[in-house]
Amino acid sequence: MVYRSHVLICNGTGCTASKVPEIMARLEKALAEKGLEKEVKIVKTGCFGLCEKGPIMVVYPEGATYCHVAPDDIEEIVNEHLVKGRIVKRLLLGDKDVEDVAKSLDNVGFFNRQVRIALRNCGVINPEVIDEYIARDGYMALAKALTEMTPQQVIDEIKKSGLRGRGGGGFPTGMKWQFAANQVSDQKYVCCNADEGDPGAFMDRSILEGDPHSVIEAMAIAGYAIGANQGYIYVRAEYPIAVQRLQIAISQAREYGLLGKNIFGTDFSFDLDIRLGAGAFVCGEETALMTSIEGHRGEPRTRPPFPAVKGLWGKPTILNNVETYANIPVILLKGADWFNTIGTEKSKGTKVFAIGGKINNTGLVEIPMGMTLREVIYDIGGGIPKGKKFKAAQTGGPSGGCIPASHIDVPIDYDNLLELGSMMGSGGMIIMDEDNCMVDIAKFFLEFTVDESCGKCPPCRIGTKRMYEILDRITSGKGEEGDIEKLELLAENIKQSALCGLGQTAPNPVLSTIRYFRDEYEAHVKEHRCPAGVCRALLKYFIIPDKCKGCSLCSKKCPVGAISGEIKKPYVIDQNKCIKCGVCMDTCKFAAIEKK
Amino acid sequence: MSEYVTLTIDGKEVKAPVGSTVLEAAKSVGINIPTLCFLKGINEIGACRMCVVDVGARSLQAACMYPVSEGLKVITNSPKIREARRVTLELILSSHEKKCLSCVRNINCELQKLAQELNIHDIRFEGELQHYPIDDLSHSIVRDPNKCVLCRRCVSVCKNVQTVSAIETVDRGYKTIVASPFHMPLKDTPCVNCGQCIVACPVGALREKNSTDKVWEALNNKDLHVVVQTAPAVRAAIGEEFGYPIGTPVTGKMVAALKKLGFAKVFDTDTAADLTIMEEGTELVDRIKNNGVLPMITSCSPGWIKFCEHFYPDMLDNLSTCKSPQNMFGAVLKSYYAEKMGIDPAKIFVVSVMPCTAKKFEAERPELASTGYPDVDEVITTRELVQMIRESGIDFRNLEDEEFDDPMGEATGAGVIFGATGGVMEAALRSVPYLLTGKDDDNIDINVVRGTDGIKEAELEVAGIKIKAAVAHGLGNARKLLDKVKAGEAEYHFIEIMACPGGCVCGGGQPIQPASVRNEINLMAERAKALYQEDQNLTYRRSHQNPGVLKMYEEYFEKPGGHKAHKLLHTHYVAREIYPEE
Repeated sequence: MVYRSHVLICNGTGCTASKVPEIMARLEKALAEKGLEKEVKIVKTGCFGLCEKGPIMVVYPEGATYCHVAPDDIEEIVNEHLVKGRIVKRLLLGDKDVEDVAKSLDNVGFFNRQVRIALRNCGVINPEVIDEYIARDGYMALAKALTEMTPQQVIDEIKKSGLRGRGGGGFPTGMKWQFAANQVSDQKYVCCNADEGDPGAFMDRSILEGDPHSVIEAMAIAGYAIGANQGYIYVRAEYPIAVQRLQIAISQAREYGLLGKNIFGTDFSFDLDIRLGAGAFVCGEETALMTSIEGHRGEPRTRPPFPAVKGLWGKPTILNNVETYANIPVILLKGADWFNTIGTEKSKGTKVFAIGGKINNTGLVEIPMGMTLREVIYDIGGGIPKGKKFKAAQTGGPSGGCIPASHIDVPIDYDNLLELGSMMGSGGMIIMDEDNCMVDIAKFFLEFTVDESCGKCPPCRIGTKRMYEILDRITSGKGEEGDIEKLELLAENIKQSALCGLGQTAPNPVLSTIRYFRDEYEAHVKEHRCPAGVCRALLKYFIIPDKCKGCSLCSKKCPVGAISGEIKKPYVIDQNKCIKCGVCMDTCKFAAIEKK
Repeated sequence: MSEYVTLTIDGKEVKAPVGSTVLEAAKSVGINIPTLCFLKGINEIGACRMCVVDVGARSLQAACMYPVSEGLKVITNSPKIREARRVTLELILSSHEKKCLSCVRNINCELQKLAQELNIHDIRFEGELQHYPIDDLSHSIVRDPNKCVLCRRCVSVCKNVQTVSAIETVDRGYKTIVASPFHMPLKDTPCVNCGQCIVACPVGALREKNSTDKVWEALNNKDLHVVVQTAPAVRAAIGEEFGYPIGTPVTGKMVAALKKLGFAKVFDTDTAADLTIMEEGTELVDRIKNNGVLPMITSCSPGWIKFCEHFYPDMLDNLSTCKSPQNMFGAVLKSYYAEKMGIDPAKIFVVSVMPCTAKKFEAERPELASTGYPDVDEVITTRELVQMIRESGIDFRNLEDEEFDDPMGEATGAGVIFGATGGVMEAALRSVPYLLTGKDDDNIDINVVRGTDGIKEAELEVAGIKIKAAVAHGLGNARKLLDKVKAGEAEYHFIEIMACPGGCVCGGGQPIQPASVRNEINLMAERAKALYQEDQNLTYRRSHQNPGVLKMYEEYFEKPGGHKAHKLLHTHYVAREIYPEE
């Protein structure tokens, strides 16, 4: 059937939470009322990336991208745009006055600086319709591998592409496949790590929600390359939409013979199953993930033996993350040489980041390796809200570290980030401005690891807890001389002694903030002062007599009656009563209250 | 022939077999690497990080798990490694309830020893301590999570060796704790009370339910006639606590010590073991001759009995109806002995010294009171007896040997070997020919059922009847064997099952040997040697030759399997759910 218009609506988790189901229902109803259901097709897609501006809707053929669409906007979009052909300018995401609406996004840095390989189909196709994936060359790479390439040629191509694991470690994917391929075994497995657990990261979720077939196709290719006929996707149960779309995609692929016996009429058979994780962060660690698939408590095992030798149920197994897989079909179709042209010398291709924190364009972006932090923050991210000063970027989640403003021009790739004391991680990027206290940030990430430690080894189980206690002491104004050194001592030894990657990297947020912001730590410990004004226990609110007009507003709003004075004379805060809630400061119209 | 690789440890070239670990290779050249969680064959998980070494990787690696490889360069001792181990140990100590002086494991604590070895004088990282309730509701086992170092040895032995899984690690991070499902008390789980968790524990997080106070109380009660019986395995191990080499039988000194403690009579449970063989042998012959339920399975091990009740309730009819020797003896003491000595059975207080924690649970079984009084009043473990001896200031090593008391003072070698895996089977096979034909055959040392293989099989032809027998020790092995039987893959007439690996000599109530010893020697075999040695030296080595037992039948029970015997010496079992439904 031919439609005159296509309405693409983001059905990712974020937009779904922002009333997309209602928007879809209203749209269907409105189209039916106008008798347009056979002329306008609604396409539910995955994430467009710019979550900050969601829900997002794109209407073709015009290419009008609407943002912050609300259910009440539907009537206008249908009546104006779809019936009368008039663009609803007030909802346009980009340039509202451009002549050709298709070009309205041309100057939007968020979109025009991205290179979308892993996210190529997200926001473009309906992830629940396999034909849409096939129409975008889907399963062509699998066909090519099975009919034109030997398993070794597939591995060679991946090796040549320089693709490195996108889950955090950055291990060369081709090499991993080669190890598993070299093993002689009656059974091998291909696993997909979709246990994305970094706070604020949602790259993998978006790919699974927006383009599940790319992962399925890649896993089948991997199975062919290493000689496995069974795969498992380990996905967290907190991703219900991703799970549902994966289930649909797997059954469609089976129906089309793209999973199952004798794929493309060859001898190669491969099938996939989903395993749900219960939300333990440690299950993103490869051996813990496999232990969990086996039905045990998700805890890491010592390596060696590595999974490529002895993995799932003791059989050779490869595990790659969602984003890594999403790159595979494109590499096989366009060739390693093409892929090679993108990125830096040792980090090829692109990386998807989930940008959050103090940034205007919160969302998901895919950038070529080697782009600088400055470009990501200012060109793509739209800068820092309220014109505040950039202080640091946290990458790699709880395993990563902070990159200070002094390194804002360093090209982002695996090795540079490691050198700076952070890491690529799975791609969470949290931007911090001058109002963030770095000790507090370190404490936040450590609290996460303390909770998520599996408890198997003492360095992680107890060590991170003790580090957290020290940080808690420091941020409560009870820091003692020697605390910083104690943190460093613990951190170094936990890195050396912990059993798995989670524990070994857990101290990174603390180490990197001490490395770049030691003065802030010292201010907390020695002067009992929080320079960023975040740590409540260290703060005091004062009324600046010169600025106070004696309006009494603050005194009325203070929840504990700590402010007193005479009308039209400067008021005073009783420090013994003050609970440092900050209400007075927010209330004062004369900026007469300061905290220090 | 295994292949070897050459590696370098601390600059020294070492040849080690492929598949061995850095820990083993280092040990072979006299380099000791500290360990805590590692318990060979039971808990090999690399969790505690005490054994970290430098193999040139990004981080330090656990020597207990790291495989040797050609050309591997290992450093086991450097400032970095020493500091890493100290920090880890200080962290463990910082989360450990350090009430060492009043701890059951004081002076026999692996953590204490480690702290001493690693030169810990100060804990730099003290912090919050968790406070958990102590689970002391079980008749046998007390769990104190406040002392737990989360080495997982107990979990591994319960899950992998015994296949009971009454405990697991639950929760995460600093709140991680070893617990039963839903934090139920151990008594409400399928815990079989074997106590293997206790002997695996490096610290004082697990201990037996202590009964010494109750025994002291009885001994101080002038109205009571307090008698004691000691199981065969006790004499094989108690010497370890007094400085004797492992495997030294110290029967005479043990008897002397018990007399010094004030027991009116000191009896040998071996006598009841001989009685058990008479009853059980007769039962077996009867089952074979009269198409009874086969295979018949021994019922001496209370851990095994509870395991069967939980996990194989459909096989309860396969269990011999014989009470365990402990309870047979109790019943004999409160019937035959009471009558013979003219003592009111109500005034007889029977204490047993057992290598076993499950015996405490067994003694509490309501059905085991066929005289109208509990067969056994209190059970203490070998370890508790040691405590009582120490408390009394008895100089064990300088005691003059003494003999068990009459009547029933003499036991046979068959009764003695009950304490080792295969012992009951061997004892039975020594008597079955006689029970079948009235004549002994030449078989006395039946070596096929000895040794520490998990499952052993034997075939014996007696008077034209082929008897196929199997022996399993450790409940995981029992499960394997029973599953084969149930699947029809194996057929036997008679099966011996002991809950504990090695049998009673390595029971959950025995002296605790640290991992440093258990990793190096076969404790099961070493302790069994003491029993086989005693067996060799005894006049009578077949149960049916025991003069005391024969006299007992003559004066009281009439014949094996007779009416009185049936009432006093046999029992029944109850099917139990694994986890009771709400």
